[in-house]
Amino acid sequence: MPELYPIAVTVNGRRYEMQVEGRVHLADFLRHELDLTGTHLGCEHGVCGACTVLVDGISVRSCLMLAVQANGRTVETIEGLAAADGTLHRMQAALGAHHGLQCGYCTPGVLMTLVEFQRENAGRPVTEADVRHALSGNLCRCTGYQGIVDAALEVLTEADH
Amino acid sequence: MKPAPFAYHAPGSLRAALDLLAALENPRLLAGGQSLMPMLNYRLATPDHLIDLGNIEELHGIDVTAAGLGIGSMTTQRTIQNSPLVARHCPLLIEALDHVGHQTTRNRGTIGGSLCHLDPAAELPLVSQVLEPTLTIAGRVGVRQIPFAAFPVGQLTTQLEPDEILTRVTFPPQPANTHTAFEEFARRPGDFAIVAVAVQITMGAAGLVADARIAVGGIEPVAVRLREAERLLVGQPWSADRVSAVLDLAESHPAEGDHNNPAEYRQHLVKVLAGRAFARVQAKLGTVDA
Repeated sequence: MPELYPIAVTVNGRRYEMQVEGRVHLADFLRHELDLTGTHLGCEHGVCGACTVLVDGISVRSCLMLAVQANGRTVETIEGLAAADGTLHRMQAALGAHHGLQCGYCTPGVLMTLVEFQRENAGRPVTEADVRHALSGNLCRCTGYQGIVDAALEVLTEADH
Repeated sequence: MKPAPFAYHAPGSLRAALDLLAALENPRLLAGGQSLMPMLNYRLATPDHLIDLGNIEELHGIDVTAAGLGIGSMTTQRTIQNSPLVARHCPLLIEALDHVGHQTTRNRGTIGGSLCHLDPAAELPLVSQVLEPTLTIAGRVGVRQIPFAAFPVGQLTTQLEPDEILTRVTFPPQPANTHTAFEEFARRPGDFAIVAVAVQITMGAAGLVADARIAVGGIEPVAVRLREAERLLVGQPWSADRVSAVLDLAESHPAEGDHNNPAEYRQHLVKVLAGRAFARVQAKLGTVDA
């Protein structure tokens, strides 16, 4: 039997105490152990950005971080973005309105990246170039990015973003 | 693509990490994981023991002493990028970090991990060739300090011994009238550089160049200094003719190519990027005889 390591991690406000194998990365832990399958795995070697989640508020590629390394930390995933009553996060709603997704595979990673960007730039003016730079680590093969950029700019240029 | 099984260790002190490193069979040190984790996922690396340095407080942090700007090896690229101390004492580092991966990888990637991994296209080893930091390396028998120039041995290979850990990178204070610039070409932002160039010029008395450093990444297995080209500048007044001769010499430096980016293309990029870097340095020099 492989050795198991105890971890305590808070995901989307809920605390979990689990035993994990050392080699399990955070994305597989979220998907297989917690059934939070909204976090997607595209390339599994840190290139595509689909598995992006927030750990202690900063974005990480969850395929490049071990679940044991999340011990004692707070994780936010796509499942935690909408309100409890189902009301979408503004960025989620804008993506839909601007056709910022088609197959949806990259969308959870795109959203978590944009949420970090939004929090870091709260109240500051952002340009299209800033948004494209922020999204440069997220690959999308459907949209050509324009709809994603339009959605992000709509939210990020609102007075109270 | 799942890592092969390994035992995970997260020591809380440098001493404990060094003891584990010496005692365990087939161990591997984990820094920020932005290069090692893909290698684990691909099973290109199959350690029996993974020693995570992330919980060792003494390896984190940025300070300024008489020796210069000191950065703990486990300090993340994001922390360095956002540090006012680094902006003041070593702006070239921040300029280069803009090209290192994406914010999401810089959030976890570390300076020590990048230098020890020593990817031929990586930006931090490249600017280290120009900035000439001192590396502090801890082993079980003691601590040694070496200049960065002595650190690379070959592609992805440093002179770090199997029982040693890089603990600190110290960038010496820059003399007055020192100007730097970094230029890179990659197909997309965050991609590995095809070619990158770092330049540092120090002007001395009477408008003569006191020191010139030019480093290029992407043409050899390890970033190289173009010392012959540097010698054309040192001790001379700054002039467009001199810079032009330097660029021609830089372009003539042999390059290793591949099927996507052949040698001649990389050599061309060296000239173009070095030209941009020198133009920016010249702008900072103000009104000189150009």
